[in-house]
Amino acid sequence: MNFVALRMLTGDRAKYFGLVFAIAFCTFLLENQTSIFANILRRTASQILDVTDAEVWIMDPKTEYWDQTKALKDTDLTRVRGVAGVGWAVRLFKGNPVARTSTGKFAASFLIGLDDATLAGAPRQMQMGSWERLREPDSVVIDKAGYVLLFPKEPLRLDRTLEMNDHMVRIVGISDASPPFASLPVMHTRYSEAVGFVGRERTQLSFLIAQPAAGVTPKELTARIEKQTGLRARTTREFMWDCVRYYLRNTGIPVNFGITIGVALVVGTVVAGQTFYLFTVDNLKQFGALKAIGVTNLRLTGMILLQAFSVGALGFAIGTGMAASFFELTLHKLATRHIVLMWQCVGITGAAIFFVVIVASVLSIRRVLVLEPAAVFQG
Amino acid sequence: MESNGHAISCHDVQKHYGEGETRIDALRGVDFDARFGELSFLVGPSGCGKTTLLCVIAGLLDRTGGDLTVLGQSLDGLADRDRVLFRRKNLGFVFQQYNLLPALTAAENVAVPLLAAEVPRKEALDRAKALLSRLGLEKRVQALPSKLSGGQQQRVALARALVHEPRIVVCDEPTAALDHATGEAVMELLASNAVQPDRAVVVVTHDSRVFHHAHSIARMDDGKIVDVTRPNGSVVEGVGEVDSFQKEAAL
Repeated sequence: MNFVALRMLTGDRAKYFGLVFAIAFCTFLLENQTSIFANILRRTASQILDVTDAEVWIMDPKTEYWDQTKALKDTDLTRVRGVAGVGWAVRLFKGNPVARTSTGKFAASFLIGLDDATLAGAPRQMQMGSWERLREPDSVVIDKAGYVLLFPKEPLRLDRTLEMNDHMVRIVGISDASPPFASLPVMHTRYSEAVGFVGRERTQLSFLIAQPAAGVTPKELTARIEKQTGLRARTTREFMWDCVRYYLRNTGIPVNFGITIGVALVVGTVVAGQTFYLFTVDNLKQFGALKAIGVTNLRLTGMILLQAFSVGALGFAIGTGMAASFFELTLHKLATRHIVLMWQCVGITGAAIFFVVIVASVLSIRRVLVLEPAAVFQG
Repeated sequence: MESNGHAISCHDVQKHYGEGETRIDALRGVDFDARFGELSFLVGPSGCGKTTLLCVIAGLLDRTGGDLTVLGQSLDGLADRDRVLFRRKNLGFVFQQYNLLPALTAAENVAVPLLAAEVPRKEALDRAKALLSRLGLEKRVQALPSKLSGGQQQRVALARALVHEPRIVVCDEPTAALDHATGEAVMELLASNAVQPDRAVVVVTHDSRVFHHAHSIARMDDGKIVDVTRPNGSVVEGVGEVDSFQKEAAL
């Protein structure tokens, strides 16, 4: 009887396609909005996640997220290095100088100062040039989006100069650093250069990054550092979530996206669920005939579930394909770079669609089960 | 097992809907038998209880009183599922509005009772096509119901009712939606294909033009069988009004 169920489903092309596309668009909207939301929030921690060398971050005890820093004492580096289980620990500077081109175009930027000796903490994807050239004096590596912002409509080219706090700095590399939440240029230089490029303060050590010694987990190390130094120590993942939670708590982003996602969920699921339910109601006469002929309730339930899951799976697949195509198209644009369809969002959307299919199926099955087969004799 | 050659035996069958002031007595003590090898007609005005009786006989509705045996078996003690299986095995249905599945071809529609009984799809379709050929639809086996005339659709419905070789075929107004010639053709096919020595056919109709196919005509009124006539005009049961049936049949 499975083929009968599928033929009933596909027999009325208009309803069938309406149902498939209702689910497809619901899927597309949910995956699209949840992925954009998650990716934008992920941007709040882009520079944290770009640091792949170290798994532990150490900061002032009151630091809540990446953009909020209070400088540590230079001696804190030594204290942290003295904690048992620390494999290595180095300094990381974060500042926000204004960079200006020779044409006068300028932009506030993120300047990240890497440990002079190791260059630990640099993102490893390069569009042009080499990290090693950061050892040259007055050199910076800038991200591609920052370059395009400062030198619009000009080809990527090394050895161009920028003025930063009365320092002339030279671009020695163009990186593929993850876009920050605020869409500012991201520049990397050596720690000793960075503190010079930014207005001098008494202390300038923004963060320490550290790697646990063999046999010590990042979590164990953060606990030890906090206990021994009184500083705040977070694993990379914890620090990323700190930033995400901060923006969730303190900005209107979750409300705006929440409304959009909620509307998409309600409209999509109601339309899809109601369309399927109406499809069953429209076919009650046919189900009644099948009941009269001797098709059992169990078999009819199986037929409806097969119809619901077939149309749900097809709609979900089409919607996911549409969402994937959308992100594939936008992935290569500067403004939306690194915004991808997240598998978690696909999973959540799949669960939502599954829920809709179950609810619509249960309602439909209920209508069919309570249907008196005698009704089929009524004109 | 089946007593006295009766496929269906009803005694004082009652059926009412609702309770108290809203109570409607659809069947008020029906006595009715359908014999093997016969085409038994249930006739009467609209609302007299014909279709209700048909549904009770087919196990689609529970009666509220009286005795009923179908193929010598009371359906009372059967669980819902067993009743469905009994119906699937032993009954074939022809509906007034055909009730063919619009997305299925003629052959697929006919094959549905076999598919419901877990017969392999190919075998079911082969048997369906063979039966459709017998009913003169060999060139229309792949046609959708929407591409068939009313008479052709009713022939497909008839094939669907017969394909699994049920012992009882129940037909609800099989000619009501057809013109006279087509209705006559359908009834001839019903008489020639459905009537078998080991099978009973019950037809609910008030199309008097096809009464001459009947082996017995039970006339219902107000939830009761008023009388039963046989082809020779003898009144088997009930009194009076025989002439009117004979007149109607003659028409």
